[in-house]
Amino acid sequence: MRANKAYPGENKWKGWLYLLPGLLIYLAFTFYPILETVRTSFYEWNGFSAQRTWVGLQNYQMVFSDAQFTSAFLHNLVFILFYCVLPVFIGLLLASVLSRRALPGMTFFRTVLFLPQVISMVVVGVIWRWIFNPQFGPLNILLNALGLSGLTRAWLGDFALALPAVGSIGTWVQYGFCMILFLAGMQHISEEYYEASSLDGANAFQQFVHITIPGLRAEIGVALVTTIIAALRVFDLVYVTTRGGPGNATLVVGFLIYRSAFQQNRIGYASAIATLLMLMILAVSLLIRRLQTGNEEESA
Amino acid sequence: MNGRVKNLVPRYLLLVFFSFMVLLPISGLFLGAFKTDTQLIQGPFSLPQTWNLDNFRQAWFTGRFNIFFKNSVIVSIAVVAASVFLSVLTGYAFGLLPLPGKRWLFPLILLGYMVPFEAVIIPLYHFLDLLGLRDSYWALILPQIGLSVSFGTLWMTSFFENAPRDLVDAAAMDGCSRWQTLWRVLWPLAKPSVTTLVVLIFMWTWNEFLLALVLIQDETLRTLPVGLAFFQGKYTANIPLLAAGALIVALPTVIVYILFQRFFIRGMLGGAVKG
Repeated sequence: MRANKAYPGENKWKGWLYLLPGLLIYLAFTFYPILETVRTSFYEWNGFSAQRTWVGLQNYQMVFSDAQFTSAFLHNLVFILFYCVLPVFIGLLLASVLSRRALPGMTFFRTVLFLPQVISMVVVGVIWRWIFNPQFGPLNILLNALGLSGLTRAWLGDFALALPAVGSIGTWVQYGFCMILFLAGMQHISEEYYEASSLDGANAFQQFVHITIPGLRAEIGVALVTTIIAALRVFDLVYVTTRGGPGNATLVVGFLIYRSAFQQNRIGYASAIATLLMLMILAVSLLIRRLQTGNEEESA
Repeated sequence: MNGRVKNLVPRYLLLVFFSFMVLLPISGLFLGAFKTDTQLIQGPFSLPQTWNLDNFRQAWFTGRFNIFFKNSVIVSIAVVAASVFLSVLTGYAFGLLPLPGKRWLFPLILLGYMVPFEAVIIPLYHFLDLLGLRDSYWALILPQIGLSVSFGTLWMTSFFENAPRDLVDAAAMDGCSRWQTLWRVLWPLAKPSVTTLVVLIFMWTWNEFLLALVLIQDETLRTLPVGLAFFQGKYTANIPLLAAGALIVALPTVIVYILFQRFFIRGMLGGAVKG
């Protein structure tokens, strides 16, 4: 980022005049709360008494020895499979099968595939709670109609199936996004690479591994960052579909923060989890960005 | 020719399949909103016998979606207008103006773009309580401006950094002040970037859930997503009524998306995803 020069006679602090209004709101309502979350994580506090007690790292010790946190975090990892791995896989599959030339009617498909991204997660939750409803949900109706009544379940109330059921909603939301992202990226890969490699006798799979995947490096990076973060911070969907239940079968870190802070008044403890979540998200985005630039330097 | 057509068929089949999987649940919701309970069970994806608006009426008046809608409109307009205006200014400062301290200011703002609401919600609750702003529109507007400005700054900075410098210098030679250069010379060029910013911030604000859930206790100040979540708690089994409510929540973002989809997709593919 280069420094911009002031014109002769111009005050070199002029930029601050333009920066200040936005910066102040940002500092007060975003940056200060970030720091305050970290600070609060070293205290024990119930949220309303005037006294906070400094407890050092005790909240973190509690978090790491808490079976609830461990299982919530594991559920987030399972969600990475549904929010990230599956959609990226489906997206790459489709991008490689679809032509690199634009297909007629693609605009329509693009509009549809992207749709789940713009709809409120609460609405998505309402839709899927209906679909998974044990008595009158279309999924069980369909299974009954196919003569598979033995497979019908109370999907969101089943201890073993609730987590994959909620996770698959995540797949439904994310796969169109990944597909469009990769299809857009394919447009920038020169046709010549494919032609040249065909002449050299490369098959479709080799072309996919050696041309398509490296060509989509930037897009794959964006898809990974976006979907992994979505899987780590999931809250709305769990709140609407299961509230973490049955039992703690779909408890996730975001919901645990909410529950600890606003239902159990364990503010310090909740802040410690929030701090850890923030660090995980920062680590994921910095790591993937680093990997990408590392790759670019290598290939340059 | 024949070979090319044969080649196209499996591709279209895949596209149709995956599009169908997206559309099926959404169309079930749409059709369900016009049905009665029994009609819905008889055929989840059949057309309603009559396009009955009773469910919408009940959600809108009895379910108080009229009030939630008004709240969502007020909050969204305030957040979009303020964030976009402030982001144009901050982006201009970063991209084209002399700005001592730029090197450490930029990562400071980038941080806000990367952290989720979950990371700030606890102190925000107590901070806004202290200011006496909890349970007011301000509780929803101010924090969302803060977070939107961090993304907006990054977005507009990349526009201004790539703006033609010759044009900016020429305007200065002609005696334009920095302020005039921004609005007379650069603003017309910035419109596509600004449009993308407007639609993205609108969508995030309209769909925002956690802040509104935690910071608003007064039912008459709830926004649509939170209103719908509580509505669902109350009418768990009345799917057609829930569907009508859900459609009211989803419709504005879907309409804006369809009208501006070029801008939407451009922004979101640029890595601008924040829920």
